[in-house]
Amino acid sequence: METNLEKIARSLRKEILKMVWQAGSGHIGGSFSSLDLLVACYFGGFLSFESHDPYWPSRDRFVLSNGHVCPALYAVLATAGFFPKEKLKRLRDFQSPLQGHPSRLALAGIENSSGPLGQGLSVAVGMALAAKIDQAKWHVYCLTSDAEHNEGQIWEGVMTAVKYKLDNLTILVDKNGTQIDGRTDEIMPLGDLAAKYLSFGFNTLEIDGHRFDQILDGLASAKRHSRQPTVIIAKTILGKGVSFMEGKPVWHEGPPTKEELSRALKELE
Amino acid sequence: MIKTKLKSTRDGFGEALVKLAKKEKKIVVVDADLKTSLRLVDFSQKYPERFIEVGVAEQNMMGVAAGLAMSGKIVFATSFACFSPAINWNNIRISVCYNHANVKIVGSHAGLATGPDGASHQALEDISLMRVLPGMVILAPSDFDQAFALTILAARHKGPVYLRLTRPTTAKIVADNKNLKIGGSQILRKGRRITFLSYGPVLAEVLKAASKVDGEVINCYSLKPIDQETILASCRRTGRVITIEDHSIFGGLGSAVAEILIQSLPLPLRMIGIDDQFGESSRDFLDLWEKHGLTSQKIAAVAGKMLR
Repeated sequence: METNLEKIARSLRKEILKMVWQAGSGHIGGSFSSLDLLVACYFGGFLSFESHDPYWPSRDRFVLSNGHVCPALYAVLATAGFFPKEKLKRLRDFQSPLQGHPSRLALAGIENSSGPLGQGLSVAVGMALAAKIDQAKWHVYCLTSDAEHNEGQIWEGVMTAVKYKLDNLTILVDKNGTQIDGRTDEIMPLGDLAAKYLSFGFNTLEIDGHRFDQILDGLASAKRHSRQPTVIIAKTILGKGVSFMEGKPVWHEGPPTKEELSRALKELE
Repeated sequence: MIKTKLKSTRDGFGEALVKLAKKEKKIVVVDADLKTSLRLVDFSQKYPERFIEVGVAEQNMMGVAAGLAMSGKIVFATSFACFSPAINWNNIRISVCYNHANVKIVGSHAGLATGPDGASHQALEDISLMRVLPGMVILAPSDFDQAFALTILAARHKGPVYLRLTRPTTAKIVADNKNLKIGGSQILRKGRRITFLSYGPVLAEVLKAASKVDGEVINCYSLKPIDQETILASCRRTGRVITIEDHSIFGGLGSAVAEILIQSLPLPLRMIGIDDQFGESSRDFLDLWEKHGLTSQKIAAVAGKMLR
Protein backbone atom coordinates (compact mmCIF):
# COMPACT_ATOMS: atom_id res chain seq x y z
CA MET A 1 0.00 0.00 0.00
CA GLU A 2 1.25 3.44 -0.94
CA THR A 3 1.71 5.71 2.08
CA ASN A 4 0.56 9.30 2.14
CA LEU A 5 4.12 10.61 1.75
CA GLU A 6 4.76 8.28 -1.18
CA LYS A 7 1.58 9.51 -2.79
CA ILE A 8 2.60 13.16 -2.36
CA ALA A 9 6.07 12.44 -3.76
CA ARG A 10 4.63 10.64 -6.78
CA SER A 11 2.31 13.51 -7.57
CA LEU A 12 5.10 16.08 -7.12
CA ARG A 13 7.34 14.19 -9.54
CA LYS A 14 4.65 14.73 -12.14
CA GLU A 15 4.48 18.45 -11.31
CA ILE A 16 8.26 18.75 -11.61
CA LEU A 17 8.30 17.03 -15.01
CA LYS A 18 5.64 19.41 -16.30
CA MET A 19 7.40 22.45 -14.83
CA VAL A 20 10.73 21.66 -16.45
CA TRP A 21 9.10 20.70 -19.73
CA GLN A 22 7.23 24.02 -19.79
CA ALA A 23 10.35 25.99 -18.81
CA GLY A 24 12.41 24.29 -21.50
CA SER A 25 15.29 23.82 -19.04
CA GLY A 26 15.91 22.83 -15.42
CA HIS A 27 17.34 20.06 -13.28
CA ILE A 28 15.13 16.99 -13.08
CA GLY A 29 17.75 14.43 -11.97
CA GLY A 30 18.65 16.06 -8.64
CA SER A 31 15.09 17.27 -8.07
CA PHE A 32 13.94 13.64 -8.19
CA SER A 33 16.79 12.24 -6.10
CA SER A 34 16.24 14.79 -3.32
CA LEU A 35 12.45 15.01 -3.47
CA ASP A 36 11.70 12.31 -0.90
CA LEU A 37 13.98 14.07 1.63
CA LEU A 38 12.11 17.33 1.05
CA VAL A 39 8.70 15.67 1.26
CA ALA A 40 9.66 14.00 4.54
CA CYS A 41 10.80 17.32 6.05
CA TYR A 42 7.76 19.34 5.00
CA PHE A 43 4.99 16.74 5.21
CA GLY A 44 6.39 14.21 7.67
CA GLY A 45 5.75 16.49 10.64
CA PHE A 46 9.32 17.63 11.20
CA LEU A 47 9.50 21.12 9.79
CA SER A 48 7.49 23.65 11.75
CA PHE A 49 6.14 26.33 9.37
CA GLU A 50 3.12 28.53 8.67
CA SER A 51 2.58 28.89 4.94
CA HIS A 52 0.23 31.87 5.48
CA ASP A 53 2.87 33.52 7.70
CA PRO A 54 6.14 32.56 5.95
CA TYR A 55 8.31 34.82 8.14
CA TRP A 56 6.90 33.56 11.46
CA PRO A 57 9.96 34.04 13.71
CA SER A 58 9.76 30.63 15.42
CA ARG A 59 9.59 28.62 12.20
CA ASP A 60 12.16 25.98 11.43
CA ARG A 61 14.47 27.01 8.58
CA PHE A 62 14.98 24.91 5.47
CA VAL A 63 18.06 26.01 3.54
CA LEU A 64 18.49 24.62 0.05
CA SER A 65 22.23 24.78 -0.56
CA ASN A 66 22.37 23.10 -3.98
CA GLY A 67 19.99 25.64 -5.47
CA HIS A 68 19.65 24.04 -8.88
CA VAL A 69 17.24 21.40 -7.55
CA CYS A 70 14.73 24.17 -6.75
CA PRO A 71 11.99 22.66 -8.95
CA ALA A 72 11.59 20.08 -6.15
CA LEU A 73 11.45 22.80 -3.48
CA TYR A 74 8.98 24.90 -5.52
CA ALA A 75 6.66 21.92 -5.97
CA VAL A 76 6.85 21.20 -2.22
CA LEU A 77 6.23 24.84 -1.23
CA ALA A 78 3.21 25.12 -3.53
CA THR A 79 1.75 21.92 -2.10
CA ALA A 80 2.41 23.22 1.42
CA GLY A 81 0.37 26.32 0.56
CA PHE A 82 3.06 28.99 0.27
CA PHE A 83 1.75 30.02 -3.15
CA PRO A 84 -0.89 28.85 -5.66
CA LYS A 85 0.05 25.76 -7.65
CA GLU A 86 -0.84 27.71 -10.77
CA LYS A 87 2.45 29.58 -10.40
CA LEU A 88 4.47 26.40 -10.95
CA LYS A 89 3.80 26.86 -14.67
CA ARG A 90 6.03 29.93 -14.64
CA LEU A 91 9.32 28.29 -13.64
CA ARG A 92 12.23 30.28 -15.13
CA ASP A 93 9.86 32.70 -16.87
CA PHE A 94 10.40 36.47 -17.18
CA GLN A 95 9.47 38.21 -13.90
CA SER A 96 8.37 34.95 -12.30
CA PRO A 97 9.03 34.46 -8.57
CA LEU A 98 10.19 30.95 -9.51
CA GLN A 99 13.69 31.91 -10.59
CA GLY A 100 16.02 29.41 -12.26
CA HIS A 101 17.92 29.30 -9.00
CA PRO A 102 16.05 30.25 -5.81
CA SER A 103 15.77 33.89 -4.81
CA ARG A 104 14.75 34.74 -1.25
CA LEU A 105 13.49 38.18 -2.19
CA ALA A 106 11.44 36.85 -5.11
CA LEU A 107 9.49 34.14 -3.29
CA ALA A 108 8.26 33.84 0.31
CA GLY A 109 9.19 30.43 1.70
CA ILE A 110 12.71 30.54 0.25
CA GLU A 111 15.05 31.08 3.21
CA ASN A 112 18.22 31.64 1.21
CA SER A 113 19.15 32.59 -2.33
CA SER A 114 21.49 29.98 -3.71
CA GLY A 115 23.07 28.84 -6.93
CA PRO A 116 26.84 28.95 -6.49
CA LEU A 117 27.64 25.71 -4.66
CA GLY A 118 29.20 25.64 -1.21
CA GLN A 119 27.58 28.72 0.30
CA GLY A 120 24.25 27.47 1.67
CA LEU A 121 25.70 25.36 4.46
CA SER A 122 27.56 28.39 5.83
CA VAL A 123 24.30 30.36 5.77
CA ALA A 124 22.55 27.50 7.61
CA VAL A 125 25.34 27.49 10.21
CA GLY A 126 24.83 31.25 10.67
CA MET A 127 21.10 30.72 11.20
CA ALA A 128 21.70 27.94 13.72
CA LEU A 129 24.17 30.19 15.56
CA ALA A 130 21.55 32.96 15.70
CA ALA A 131 19.07 30.52 17.28
CA LYS A 132 21.71 29.55 19.85
CA ILE A 133 22.48 33.21 20.67
CA ASP A 134 18.75 33.89 21.15
CA GLN A 135 18.19 30.58 22.96
CA ALA A 136 15.41 29.97 20.44
CA LYS A 137 14.06 26.51 19.78
CA TRP A 138 13.88 26.46 16.01
CA HIS A 139 15.86 23.95 13.99
CA VAL A 140 17.79 24.44 10.75
CA TYR A 141 17.70 21.86 7.95
CA CYS A 142 20.19 22.16 5.14
CA LEU A 143 19.87 20.14 1.96
CA THR A 144 23.09 19.63 0.03
CA SER A 145 24.43 17.02 -2.38
CA ASP A 146 27.44 14.75 -2.52
CA ALA A 147 28.98 16.72 -5.39
CA GLU A 148 28.58 19.98 -3.47
CA HIS A 149 31.21 18.54 -1.12
CA ASN A 150 33.77 19.24 -3.87
CA GLU A 151 33.59 22.81 -2.60
CA GLY A 152 36.11 23.47 0.16
CA GLN A 153 33.74 25.91 1.83
CA ILE A 154 31.48 23.00 2.83
CA TRP A 155 34.22 21.71 5.10
CA GLU A 156 34.70 25.17 6.60
CA GLY A 157 31.01 25.14 7.50
CA VAL A 158 31.27 21.60 8.85
CA MET A 159 34.10 22.59 11.23
CA THR A 160 32.16 25.61 12.47
CA ALA A 161 29.01 23.55 13.11
CA VAL A 162 31.03 21.13 15.25
CA LYS A 163 32.95 23.86 17.08
CA TYR A 164 29.72 25.54 18.18
CA LYS A 165 27.95 22.23 18.96
CA LEU A 166 25.07 23.10 16.66
CA ASP A 167 22.66 20.33 17.62
CA ASN A 168 19.93 22.52 16.09
CA LEU A 169 21.38 21.87 12.62
CA THR A 170 20.67 18.85 10.44
CA ILE A 171 22.44 18.43 7.12
CA LEU A 172 20.77 16.22 4.53
CA VAL A 173 23.13 14.95 1.83
CA ASP A 174 21.49 13.84 -1.39
CA LYS A 175 24.09 11.26 -2.38
CA ASN A 176 23.08 10.43 -5.93
CA GLY A 177 26.62 9.78 -7.15
CA THR A 178 26.26 12.03 -10.16
CA GLN A 179 27.28 15.52 -11.14
CA ILE A 180 27.05 17.70 -14.22
CA ASP A 181 29.76 16.02 -16.26
CA GLY A 182 29.41 12.44 -15.09
CA ARG A 183 29.84 10.06 -12.17
CA THR A 184 31.03 11.59 -8.90
CA ASP A 185 33.57 8.77 -8.58
CA GLU A 186 35.23 9.92 -11.79
CA ILE A 187 34.89 13.71 -11.52
CA MET A 188 36.03 13.96 -7.89
CA PRO A 189 35.85 10.88 -5.66
CA LEU A 190 34.56 11.68 -2.17
CA GLY A 191 35.76 8.47 -0.61
CA ASP A 192 33.97 7.46 2.56
CA LEU A 193 31.80 10.50 3.20
CA ALA A 194 30.37 9.10 6.44
CA ALA A 195 33.85 8.45 7.82
CA LYS A 196 34.82 12.00 6.93
CA TYR A 197 31.82 13.46 8.77
CA LEU A 198 32.46 11.19 11.75
CA SER A 199 36.06 12.27 12.01
CA PHE A 200 34.99 15.93 11.88
CA GLY A 201 32.75 15.27 14.89
CA PHE A 202 29.26 14.95 13.42
CA ASN A 203 26.46 12.68 14.56
CA THR A 204 26.48 10.71 11.31
CA LEU A 205 23.61 8.67 9.91
CA GLU A 206 23.43 6.73 6.66
CA ILE A 207 20.08 5.89 5.13
CA ASP A 208 18.28 4.97 1.95
CA GLY A 209 17.03 8.35 0.71
CA HIS A 210 13.97 6.86 -0.95
CA ARG A 211 12.63 4.95 2.09
CA PHE A 212 10.38 7.22 4.10
CA ASP A 213 10.61 5.07 7.22
CA GLN A 214 14.40 5.52 7.22
CA ILE A 215 14.23 9.26 6.44
CA LEU A 216 11.72 9.87 9.24
CA ASP A 217 13.77 7.82 11.70
CA GLY A 218 16.86 9.82 10.74
CA LEU A 219 15.11 13.15 11.19
CA ALA A 220 13.75 12.04 14.55
CA SER A 221 17.11 10.91 15.84
CA ALA A 222 18.74 14.14 14.59
CA LYS A 223 16.25 16.17 16.58
CA ARG A 224 16.87 14.14 19.74
CA HIS A 225 20.65 14.35 19.49
CA SER A 226 22.39 16.96 21.60
CA ARG A 227 25.75 18.78 21.60
CA GLN A 228 26.60 17.70 18.05
CA PRO A 229 25.20 18.58 14.63
CA THR A 230 23.74 15.72 12.62
CA VAL A 231 24.33 14.72 9.03
CA ILE A 232 21.97 12.34 7.27
CA ILE A 233 23.75 10.87 4.29
CA ALA A 234 21.00 9.62 2.03
CA LYS A 235 21.89 7.19 -0.73
CA THR A 236 19.67 8.20 -3.62
CA ILE A 237 19.12 7.62 -7.32
CA LEU A 238 19.40 10.39 -9.87
CA GLY A 239 16.08 10.77 -11.69
CA LYS A 240 14.36 8.46 -9.17
CA GLY A 241 10.84 7.45 -10.16
CA VAL A 242 11.14 7.39 -13.94
CA SER A 243 12.79 4.24 -15.24
CA PHE A 244 14.57 5.75 -18.22
CA MET A 245 15.97 8.64 -16.15
CA GLU A 246 17.23 6.67 -13.16
CA GLY A 247 21.01 6.78 -12.75
CA LYS A 248 21.61 8.51 -16.10
CA PRO A 249 23.92 11.56 -15.76
CA VAL A 250 22.33 13.05 -18.89
CA TRP A 251 19.27 13.86 -16.75
CA HIS A 252 21.27 16.14 -14.47
CA GLU A 253 19.97 19.05 -16.52
CA GLY A 254 17.61 19.50 -19.41
CA PRO A 255 13.93 19.09 -20.27
CA PRO A 256 12.22 15.94 -21.53
CA THR A 257 10.87 15.87 -25.07
CA LYS A 258 7.10 15.79 -25.40
CA GLU A 259 7.25 12.06 -25.99
CA GLU A 260 9.54 11.50 -22.97
CA LEU A 261 7.23 13.64 -20.85
CA SER A 262 4.16 11.57 -21.64
CA ARG A 263 6.05 8.30 -21.10
CA ALA A 264 7.34 9.56 -17.75
CA LEU A 265 3.92 10.82 -16.66
CA LYS A 266 2.39 7.46 -17.57
CA GLU A 267 4.95 5.67 -15.39
CA LEU A 268 4.00 7.88 -12.48
CA GLU A 269 0.25 7.26 -12.81
CA MET B 1 53.06 70.84 24.16
CA ILE B 2 50.32 68.26 24.67
CA LYS B 3 51.26 64.94 23.22
CA THR B 4 48.16 63.22 21.76
CA LYS B 5 48.19 59.51 21.16
CA LEU B 6 47.95 58.69 17.47
CA LYS B 7 45.28 56.22 16.47
CA SER B 8 44.13 54.40 13.34
CA THR B 9 40.81 53.90 11.59
CA ARG B 10 40.78 50.27 12.79
CA ASP B 11 41.09 51.55 16.37
CA GLY B 12 38.05 53.76 15.75
CA PHE B 13 36.11 50.77 14.44
CA GLY B 14 36.96 48.54 17.41
CA GLU B 15 36.06 51.17 19.98
CA ALA B 16 32.81 52.12 18.24
CA LEU B 17 31.72 48.52 18.11
CA VAL B 18 32.12 48.03 21.86
CA LYS B 19 30.08 51.17 22.47
CA LEU B 20 27.40 50.14 19.97
CA ALA B 21 27.05 46.62 21.30
CA LYS B 22 26.22 47.83 24.77
CA LYS B 23 22.92 49.34 23.64
CA GLU B 24 22.23 47.35 20.49
CA LYS B 25 21.91 43.69 21.42
CA LYS B 26 21.54 42.61 17.79
CA ILE B 27 25.19 43.39 17.02
CA VAL B 28 27.19 40.21 16.29
CA VAL B 29 30.79 40.00 15.09
CA VAL B 30 32.13 37.19 12.90
CA ASP B 31 35.91 37.02 12.82
CA ALA B 32 38.39 35.03 10.72
CA ASP B 33 41.34 34.81 13.13
CA LEU B 34 42.26 38.50 13.07
CA LYS B 35 40.69 39.87 16.21
CA THR B 36 43.89 41.54 17.40
CA SER B 37 44.53 43.28 14.07
CA LEU B 38 40.89 44.34 13.76
CA ARG B 39 40.90 45.71 17.34
CA LEU B 40 38.22 43.27 18.48
CA VAL B 41 39.87 41.84 21.59
CA ASP B 42 37.87 44.13 23.85
CA PHE B 43 34.59 43.24 22.10
CA SER B 44 35.34 39.52 22.23
CA GLN B 45 35.94 39.71 25.99
CA LYS B 46 32.93 41.89 26.78
CA TYR B 47 30.47 40.06 24.52
CA PRO B 48 31.78 36.50 24.02
CA GLU B 49 28.29 35.17 23.17
CA ARG B 50 28.11 37.62 20.26
CA PHE B 51 31.63 37.01 18.97
CA ILE B 52 31.80 34.15 16.46
CA GLU B 53 35.28 32.92 15.56
CA VAL B 54 35.33 30.84 12.37
CA GLY B 55 39.09 30.56 11.95
CA VAL B 56 40.97 31.26 8.74
CA ALA B 57 37.94 30.69 6.53
CA GLU B 58 36.76 33.89 4.89
CA GLN B 59 34.23 32.24 2.57
CA ASN B 60 32.48 30.48 5.41
CA MET B 61 32.70 33.67 7.49
CA MET B 62 30.64 35.55 4.92
CA GLY B 63 28.01 32.81 4.58
CA VAL B 64 27.71 32.54 8.37
CA ALA B 65 27.36 36.33 8.53
CA ALA B 66 24.53 36.21 5.99
CA GLY B 67 22.74 33.47 7.94
CA LEU B 68 23.01 35.44 11.19
CA ALA B 69 21.78 38.60 9.44
CA MET B 70 18.80 36.83 7.91
CA SER B 71 17.90 35.72 11.44
CA GLY B 72 17.68 39.33 12.64
CA LYS B 73 21.26 40.15 13.64
CA ILE B 74 23.31 43.21 12.65
CA VAL B 75 26.49 41.45 11.62
CA PHE B 76 30.03 42.77 11.28
CA ALA B 77 32.15 40.30 9.27
CA THR B 78 35.78 41.26 9.69
CA SER B 79 39.08 40.47 8.02
CA PHE B 80 41.82 42.10 5.96
CA ALA B 81 40.64 43.86 2.81
CA CYS B 82 42.98 41.67 0.72
CA PHE B 83 41.01 38.56 1.82
CA SER B 84 37.53 39.97 2.32
CA PRO B 85 36.34 41.03 -0.23
CA ALA B 86 38.46 38.85 -2.50
CA ILE B 87 38.59 35.23 -1.40
CA ASN B 88 34.89 35.42 -0.54
CA TRP B 89 33.58 37.74 -3.23
CA ASN B 90 30.94 35.32 -4.52
CA ASN B 91 29.62 34.81 -1.00
CA ILE B 92 29.28 38.58 -0.78
CA ARG B 93 27.59 38.66 -4.18
CA ILE B 94 24.98 35.96 -3.55
CA SER B 95 24.68 35.15 0.16
CA VAL B 96 24.94 38.82 1.23
CA CYS B 97 23.87 41.09 -1.64
CA TYR B 98 21.35 38.93 -3.52
CA ASN B 99 19.73 38.08 -0.17
CA HIS B 100 20.01 41.74 0.86
CA ALA B 101 21.41 40.49 4.18
CA ASN B 102 22.24 43.10 6.82
CA VAL B 103 25.99 42.42 6.85
CA LYS B 104 28.73 44.99 7.37
CA ILE B 105 31.86 43.79 5.62
CA VAL B 106 34.89 45.24 7.32
CA GLY B 107 38.15 45.10 5.37
CA SER B 108 41.14 46.41 7.24
CA HIS B 109 44.74 47.02 6.18
CA ALA B 110 43.67 48.40 2.82
CA GLY B 111 46.04 50.10 0.42
CA LEU B 112 49.78 50.58 0.20
CA ALA B 113 49.58 52.03 3.71
CA THR B 114 49.74 48.41 4.93
CA GLY B 115 53.49 48.71 4.28
CA PRO B 116 55.94 45.90 5.13
CA ASP B 117 53.66 42.92 4.41
CA GLY B 118 53.99 43.55 0.69
CA ALA B 119 51.83 43.10 -2.40
CA SER B 120 49.78 40.09 -1.30
CA HIS B 121 48.49 42.00 1.72
CA GLN B 122 48.00 45.42 0.14
CA ALA B 123 44.41 45.51 -1.12
CA LEU B 124 44.37 47.89 -4.07
CA GLU B 125 41.20 46.64 -5.76
CA ASP B 126 38.72 46.16 -2.90
CA ILE B 127 36.65 49.20 -3.82
CA SER B 128 36.48 48.10 -7.47
CA LEU B 129 35.24 44.67 -6.35
CA MET B 130 32.57 46.18 -4.13
CA ARG B 131 31.35 48.98 -6.39
CA VAL B 132 29.95 46.53 -8.95
CA LEU B 133 27.69 44.75 -6.46
CA PRO B 134 24.03 45.88 -6.55
CA GLY B 135 22.95 47.62 -3.35
CA MET B 136 26.41 47.70 -1.76
CA VAL B 137 27.25 50.82 0.26
CA ILE B 138 30.96 51.70 0.53
CA LEU B 139 32.35 53.83 3.35
CA ALA B 140 36.02 54.76 3.82
CA PRO B 141 36.99 56.77 6.91
CA SER B 142 40.11 58.89 7.03
CA ASP B 143 40.99 58.87 10.72
CA PHE B 144 40.09 57.42 14.11
CA ASP B 145 37.12 59.68 14.84
CA GLN B 146 35.65 59.30 11.39
CA ALA B 147 35.96 55.51 11.57
CA PHE B 148 34.15 55.63 14.91
CA ALA B 149 31.32 57.68 13.39
CA LEU B 150 31.06 55.65 10.18
CA THR B 151 30.92 52.37 12.12
CA ILE B 152 27.82 53.66 13.90
CA LEU B 153 26.38 54.91 10.60
CA ALA B 154 26.97 51.50 9.01
CA ALA B 155 25.21 49.71 11.86
CA ARG B 156 22.17 51.96 11.50
CA HIS B 157 21.88 51.35 7.77
CA LYS B 158 19.79 48.32 6.87
CA GLY B 159 21.61 46.36 4.18
CA PRO B 160 25.11 45.48 3.03
CA VAL B 161 27.91 47.96 3.75
CA TYR B 162 31.63 47.73 3.04
CA LEU B 163 33.77 49.60 5.56
CA ARG B 164 37.34 50.14 4.36
CA LEU B 165 39.85 50.43 7.20
CA THR B 166 43.57 51.09 7.30
CA ARG B 167 46.54 50.10 9.40
CA PRO B 168 48.61 53.20 10.20
CA THR B 169 48.01 55.58 13.06
CA THR B 170 47.53 59.20 12.09
CA ALA B 171 46.77 62.56 13.61
CA LYS B 172 43.25 63.87 13.35
CA ILE B 173 42.49 64.75 9.73
CA VAL B 174 38.80 65.68 9.79
CA ALA B 175 37.61 68.29 12.32
CA ASP B 176 33.91 67.46 12.41
CA ASN B 177 31.94 64.24 11.97
CA LYS B 178 28.49 65.47 12.93
CA ASN B 179 26.69 65.34 9.62
CA LEU B 180 28.01 62.18 8.03
CA LYS B 181 25.50 60.31 5.94
CA ILE B 182 25.39 57.53 3.40
CA GLY B 183 25.79 59.29 0.06
CA GLY B 184 27.40 62.30 1.74
CA SER B 185 30.76 64.03 1.47
CA GLN B 186 32.66 66.77 3.31
CA ILE B 187 34.31 69.89 1.98
CA LEU B 188 37.46 69.91 4.10
CA ARG B 189 38.96 72.98 2.46
CA LYS B 190 37.44 75.70 0.34
CA GLY B 191 39.36 76.69 -2.78
CA ARG B 192 38.82 78.17 -6.21
CA ARG B 193 41.26 76.77 -8.76
CA ILE B 194 41.08 73.00 -8.63
CA THR B 195 38.92 70.32 -6.99
CA PHE B 196 40.74 67.56 -5.09
CA LEU B 197 38.61 64.46 -4.44
CA SER B 198 39.94 61.84 -2.07
CA TYR B 199 39.22 59.60 0.94
CA GLY B 200 41.11 57.74 3.66
CA PRO B 201 44.31 58.74 5.48
CA VAL B 202 45.94 60.03 2.27
CA LEU B 203 43.70 63.10 2.74
CA ALA B 204 46.40 64.50 5.04
CA GLU B 205 48.71 64.71 2.00
CA VAL B 206 45.94 66.08 -0.20
CA LEU B 207 45.17 68.91 2.24
CA LYS B 208 48.81 69.97 2.28
CA ALA B 209 48.99 69.95 -1.52
CA ALA B 210 45.73 71.89 -1.89
CA SER B 211 46.90 74.66 0.37
CA LYS B 212 49.70 75.42 -2.08
CA VAL B 213 47.42 75.87 -5.11
CA ASP B 214 44.17 77.31 -3.73
CA GLY B 215 42.50 73.93 -4.14
CA GLU B 216 39.15 72.74 -2.82
CA VAL B 217 39.29 69.39 -0.97
CA ILE B 218 36.30 67.09 -0.77
CA ASN B 219 36.38 63.98 1.40
CA CYS B 220 34.34 61.37 -0.50
CA TYR B 221 34.03 59.06 2.52
CA SER B 222 30.86 57.60 0.98
CA LEU B 223 32.20 56.07 -2.21
CA LYS B 224 28.90 54.42 -3.01
CA PRO B 225 26.46 56.02 -3.19
CA ILE B 226 28.64 58.99 -4.04
CA ASP B 227 27.71 62.62 -3.47
CA GLN B 228 27.29 63.67 -7.11
CA GLU B 229 25.71 66.99 -6.25
CA THR B 230 28.57 68.30 -4.12
CA ILE B 231 31.20 66.94 -6.50
CA LEU B 232 29.58 68.49 -9.58
CA ALA B 233 28.98 71.85 -7.86
CA SER B 234 32.63 72.10 -6.86
CA CYS B 235 33.95 70.94 -10.24
CA ARG B 236 31.71 73.45 -12.00
CA ARG B 237 33.29 76.25 -9.97
CA THR B 238 36.93 75.17 -10.30
CA GLY B 239 36.92 73.64 -13.78
CA ARG B 240 39.69 71.14 -12.91
CA VAL B 241 39.62 67.86 -11.01
CA ILE B 242 42.17 65.53 -9.43
CA THR B 243 41.27 62.28 -7.68
CA ILE B 244 43.76 60.87 -5.18
CA GLU B 245 43.46 57.42 -3.64
CA ASP B 246 45.55 54.66 -2.09
CA HIS B 247 43.86 52.18 -4.46
CA SER B 248 43.99 51.14 -8.10
CA ILE B 249 42.95 53.82 -10.57
CA PHE B 250 40.74 51.14 -12.15
CA GLY B 251 37.36 51.00 -10.48
CA GLY B 252 37.98 53.24 -7.49
CA LEU B 253 37.12 56.87 -6.81
CA GLY B 254 38.86 58.03 -10.00
CA SER B 255 36.62 55.79 -12.08
CA ALA B 256 33.50 56.79 -10.13
CA VAL B 257 34.23 60.48 -10.70
CA ALA B 258 35.03 59.90 -14.38
CA GLU B 259 31.69 58.13 -14.77
CA ILE B 260 29.90 61.16 -13.34
CA LEU B 261 31.83 63.87 -15.19
CA ILE B 262 31.80 62.26 -18.61
CA GLN B 263 28.01 62.09 -18.53
CA SER B 264 27.26 65.62 -17.42
CA LEU B 265 30.31 67.84 -17.06
CA PRO B 266 33.34 66.79 -19.11
CA LEU B 267 36.34 68.48 -17.51
CA PRO B 268 40.10 67.92 -17.38
CA LEU B 269 40.58 65.08 -14.87
CA ARG B 270 43.75 63.54 -13.45
CA MET B 271 43.64 60.29 -11.50
CA ILE B 272 46.34 59.68 -8.92
CA GLY B 273 46.46 56.13 -7.62
CA ILE B 274 48.10 52.83 -8.39
CA ASP B 275 48.31 52.35 -12.15
CA ASP B 276 47.96 48.65 -13.06
CA GLN B 277 50.65 47.46 -10.65
CA PHE B 278 51.02 45.38 -7.52
CA GLY B 279 52.34 46.93 -4.35
CA GLU B 280 55.55 45.84 -2.62
CA SER B 281 57.11 45.79 0.83
CA SER B 282 58.35 48.89 2.53
CA ARG B 283 59.16 49.44 6.18
CA ASP B 284 57.83 52.96 5.78
CA PHE B 285 54.69 53.11 3.66
CA LEU B 286 55.46 56.73 2.78
CA ASP B 287 58.13 55.38 0.40
CA LEU B 288 55.32 53.62 -1.44
CA TRP B 289 53.11 56.69 -1.44
CA GLU B 290 56.05 58.69 -2.82
CA LYS B 291 56.65 56.13 -5.57
CA HIS B 292 52.99 56.18 -6.65
CA GLY B 293 52.52 59.93 -6.44
CA LEU B 294 50.48 60.01 -3.24
CA THR B 295 52.61 62.46 -1.22
CA SER B 296 51.75 66.16 -0.95
CA GLN B 297 54.65 67.29 -3.14
CA LYS B 298 53.79 64.85 -5.92
CA ILE B 299 50.11 65.75 -5.75
CA ALA B 300 50.96 69.48 -5.81
CA ALA B 301 53.17 68.89 -8.85
CA VAL B 302 50.30 67.31 -10.79
CA ALA B 303 48.07 70.20 -9.77
CA GLY B 304 50.70 72.72 -10.83
CA LYS B 305 50.97 71.12 -14.26
CA MET B 306 47.19 71.25 -14.65
CA LEU B 307 47.14 74.94 -13.79
CA ARG B 308 49.89 75.90 -16.25
